[in-house]
Amino acid sequence: MKHRKAGRKYSRTREHRIAMFRNLLMNLIKYSRIRTTDAKAKGLKRIADKVVSLARTNNLANIRKVSYFVNDKDLIKKLFSEIGPKFANRSGGYTRIYKVGLRRGDSAPVSIIEFAYEEEKKTQKKQAKKAAGKVKKDVRKSEKTVQPDKVTDEEKKENV
Amino acid sequence: MAVPKRRKSKSKRDMRRSQWKLSSVNVITCPNCMEPMLPHHICPGCGYYKGRQIIEKEEE
Repeated sequence: MKHRKAGRKYSRTREHRIAMFRNLLMNLIKYSRIRTTDAKAKGLKRIADKVVSLARTNNLANIRKVSYFVNDKDLIKKLFSEIGPKFANRSGGYTRIYKVGLRRGDSAPVSIIEFAYEEEKKTQKKQAKKAAGKVKKDVRKSEKTVQPDKVTDEEKKENV
Repeated sequence: MAVPKRRKSKSKRDMRRSQWKLSSVNVITCPNCMEPMLPHHICPGCGYYKGRQIIEKEEE
């Protein structure tokens, strides 16, 4: 049964696996966006989210916990001074994975993993959407709403 | 030990194997550039994903 067997083994010994994720995580902190296989990205997300969670509160205990995975003083500093504060208002989901496609050579599924920083434009749009949604709901009560976006998409496809 | 009494006929063997099938890959058109792309992936043509979000490698 698959009960309590979360995670993958990556055909590696425990030590090799941990070392691999240390390297991946340190590269992620360094470049804030890296490209690996889907499986490794998914495994890295588990660790990266935990580490960022710790990095949100700056104290000695957390620095020591994080240093199990981040074996580099500069990167720890970056983690606690730059990355942690950026996620002060976010509770979980600090990383984002995009699937890119299949790698040439071994046809491995490749994806991009990055820190899910919220851009200002985005938040503004979200707020606009929320406001629009509220309006729409109010309108729906009285009459059917036509969705212009969908119509244009379909038209585009037909034209092609 | 329990053991098969009769050899399975060709028909039975082939009926069993009739379920061995490949499923086709679902290819969609990118809503941004109309190139073919895989669902839930970044478009290989224009690097767009989920509408306006532009991700990676801007192709000229």
